[in-house]
Amino acid sequence: MKNNNKKVYLDYGATTPIDKDVVEKMIPFLGENFGNPSSLHSFGQDAVVAVDEARKKVADFLGSMESEVFFTGSATEANNIAILGSIKQKEGHIITTAIEHKAVLETVKQSGMENSIIYPDKNGIVSVDNIMKEVREDTVLISVMYANNEVGTVQPIKEISEAVKEVNKNRKNKIVFHTDAVQAVNYLPCGVNELNVDFLTFSGHKICGPKGVGVLYAKEGVNLSPLIFGGDQEKGVRPGTENVFAIVGIGEAVELISKNNPEKTRKLRDKIINFALENIPKSIINGDLEKRLPNNVNISFKGTEGESLMIALDREGIAVSTGSACASKSLQPSHVLLAMGLSHEQAHGSLRMTLGRFTTEEDVDYLLEKLPTVVEKIRKISPVR
Amino acid sequence: MYNEKIMDHFQNPRNMGEIEGADAVGKVGNIICGDLMHLYIKVGKNDEGEEIVEDIKYKTLGCVAAISTSSMVAELAKSKTIPEALKIDKEMIANELGGLPKIKYHCSILAADALAEAIYDYLSKNKKEIPDFLEKKHQIAKKTREAIEEKQNG
Repeated sequence: MKNNNKKVYLDYGATTPIDKDVVEKMIPFLGENFGNPSSLHSFGQDAVVAVDEARKKVADFLGSMESEVFFTGSATEANNIAILGSIKQKEGHIITTAIEHKAVLETVKQSGMENSIIYPDKNGIVSVDNIMKEVREDTVLISVMYANNEVGTVQPIKEISEAVKEVNKNRKNKIVFHTDAVQAVNYLPCGVNELNVDFLTFSGHKICGPKGVGVLYAKEGVNLSPLIFGGDQEKGVRPGTENVFAIVGIGEAVELISKNNPEKTRKLRDKIINFALENIPKSIINGDLEKRLPNNVNISFKGTEGESLMIALDREGIAVSTGSACASKSLQPSHVLLAMGLSHEQAHGSLRMTLGRFTTEEDVDYLLEKLPTVVEKIRKISPVR
Repeated sequence: MYNEKIMDHFQNPRNMGEIEGADAVGKVGNIICGDLMHLYIKVGKNDEGEEIVEDIKYKTLGCVAAISTSSMVAELAKSKTIPEALKIDKEMIANELGGLPKIKYHCSILAADALAEAIYDYLSKNKKEIPDFLEKKHQIAKKTREAIEEKQNG
């Protein structure tokens, strides 16, 4: 049944293949370069040099100081440190959005702070005004993702940070601003001075780097306490022996972000979107078409269910993902699609295709060859017209 | 995630479709995930003169588990007498498919319920006696249907 073993990976939003150049840099640190960066002998010092080099690469990419870059175990952990580690007060108020990744939403909920959750418009964009309207005397933190992982919509981070800066002028207790940039780092400008954020977080495995490593950028002078306690690694903000080979990997992966070709990726994305709209009846694109990552396609096919579409495509060797309730452990449809006001039915039949560095035109053509048949097949079984 | 038997029923669903002029229809939905199933039956008689499910077809909106259990329930119920068909439950369907992933067990309820609803529809249309357990099942299915409609319209 499987079609000549052809494999097409269109789930870069979930994780990316590791770039061979990244692997090459990492391998010595799984072998002869095994030293602990805390050791003062040559083994340890080789590891220190490697971690420092990685930190410099990340700092160069962000336009920050090296001392502002912290390595963590994941973007989830980086988000947790940014949110929970920056709060000094026992009571306070956080503003975030309904389309954040769970790593932010859950952390805000667990913070013990009061919160305001801002909903996006139907295109998946949050408005600066809606966020700033919620600012209170006791607001301590605002957290807004740079680009959404499910629908790829790009949020007005610069505008929000400018508004926060304005508000902070007249405040004794400054509001800190965090952006989860996991999906954004591949394609959007991430200079922290231009963005003017206090915290920016991202992950290794979404940028053709390794899993198990994340980055927290924390602006000099911003309050930051550890969530776990131990030694003075990462200046005590993230104790625990450094995951040297993964840190080397994320450093290299950050440097190689320039290998991405946003223009080419956008063309392939639009080829999928235009094809679906023209050739597959009752297809709806979810999320803004302009303010969108160049690698994200999110389509609902009316009268279908996403898990069955996904599995049928998987049988053809094509890997995608879905916002359908049937594909989630919680059996809830995507909270992002619902926050945008989509009906349960529309979320039920949604497919996400995310492209990346190694996606070829041939891959996309193969998808477009199979997609209409798969949708048609699932619709034939469905009682919904 | 799914075994080959499930995948086979998903890729090649048996008895899929609608029956024109069906004797009865069972329409059920899953309030949790939003899956829907319409199941049609035609009732005939066997050589002993007992009423049997002569033909059975369905349409399903749902995941691989929902579609494969639909296919299996149709296969199991076909040619069975009405009392026999009423004995088909979610465990039987899942077992026949070689077991469903744990998280997908709730999907197999849909297929069993749709069959029960279709038989209920047949019995009530033809003024035949409805067993207590079937009446109870029907009330639940009805409530669920209303809740889903409310959810969709609200």
